[in-house]
Amino acid sequence: MSDIKIKITDREGVTHEIDAPTDMNMNLMEVVRSYELAPEGTIGICGGMAMCASCQCYIKSAHELPEKSDDEDAMLAEAFNVEDNSRLGCQIHMTETLDGLEVELAPEEI
Amino acid sequence: MITTDILIIGAGPTGLFAVFEAGLLQLKCHLIDALPQAGGQCSEIYPKKPIYDIPGFPEVLAGDLVANLMEQIKPFQPGFTLGERAETIQKMEDGTFVVTTNKGTEHNAPVIAIAGGLGSFEPRKPLLKNLSDFEDKGVAYIIKDPEVYRDQKVVIAGGGDSALDWSIFLADVAAEVTLVHRRNEFRGALDSVEKVQQLKNQGKINLITPAEVTELHGTDALESITIKKAGDTPEEIRLELDSFIPLFGLSPKLGPISDWGLEIEKNAIKVDNTLDYQTNIPGIYAIGDINTYPGKLKLILCGFHEATLMCQSAYQRIFPDKKYVMKYTTVGGVNGFDGSKKEAPKAVVKKIE
Repeated sequence: MSDIKIKITDREGVTHEIDAPTDMNMNLMEVVRSYELAPEGTIGICGGMAMCASCQCYIKSAHELPEKSDDEDAMLAEAFNVEDNSRLGCQIHMTETLDGLEVELAPEEI
Repeated sequence: MITTDILIIGAGPTGLFAVFEAGLLQLKCHLIDALPQAGGQCSEIYPKKPIYDIPGFPEVLAGDLVANLMEQIKPFQPGFTLGERAETIQKMEDGTFVVTTNKGTEHNAPVIAIAGGLGSFEPRKPLLKNLSDFEDKGVAYIIKDPEVYRDQKVVIAGGGDSALDWSIFLADVAAEVTLVHRRNEFRGALDSVEKVQQLKNQGKINLITPAEVTELHGTDALESITIKKAGDTPEEIRLELDSFIPLFGLSPKLGPISDWGLEIEKNAIKVDNTLDYQTNIPGIYAIGDINTYPGKLKLILCGFHEATLMCQSAYQRIFPDKKYVMKYTTVGGVNGFDGSKKEAPKAVVKKIE
């Protein structure tokens, strides 16, 4: 298992190219938190249960992602700033097929 | 004025367990919580989900953990101010504090323990221009008194349980109920979804899906809204109404506590983790998910530990001259304020012939 490269554009518009481990059972929301790309307390509020939309992001690359669960789908139906390419970061697990993934964090709900 | 020894802000697992540890020291507690029930996130967000890292419980549902904690602290007769948010704090001349809620309830205590988790749960507001202009003038996020809507034209937005349940309830009260949701699918109890289907078929609920409210119109008060309908036949609908109720669930906000003069870092309250989880204001402690210190982990089990040390420090603050050493419950038992007593059964001493 090796690290993969991911491009994450934060809420200020700055793009970070980072290494994400694929062997730590981490999801995209946790990767963002581990690199502190969004202030603590503004992302992953529910802890990764698809019960808030604080880790919403837009998928910019053409990677094939796992299908949305009913929970994620329902949460996105109630979230704000949702686009066709919106996903919840906490539901995207880091796997080697996601090497080169490009995402942008959705704005924080106020 | 409610008076107590330790005023706990937040009735989640950490706040509840603090009542137990305080009780062992004969200190009384009162809890304030913005939610209408105790348990915090465990009750509000994930009551049916399992937790696997509570020591001694290989698996426990969050809702059951709260029920157990309530049972555990019952002998210590905690007071509750529920459905109210702690708004202001004032230091009195005698060194005690007065905390007042948004509904004006006053609480006086020598020690304040903030166990507020992620903050108080506030309604999520849709991103609509001029939304705040119409708050209490046709826009409400919480239904306090359904009678307000009698014979009104009401539009509810949302796709969860509260949107469904209130649409059902108001169908009998209001003149007209319209439910707007971004999807055709609703996430709610099956009963509620079926009931809304029934009421829709009977013409008692006007269902507009997949659609979104995009604009609010009115001069002084809300008069009409624009609804954008997507799907096979997209159209813009202008609808006259008396009340618009967006029900998009709750999200936690640190809220008024952030104006109390406490040192805040990373949306959390900085505390002294080398000693007693006290904040920069002596007499105010912060325990559980709401605090931060080097190496902080937001785990229920860490909150329990923090609550325990906080209570020892609070005891010394309230009784600076009293000598005390911690006693094991197995040795000392649990002596409730209600007169109940739990203790380990005495060993039988009997001669064997």
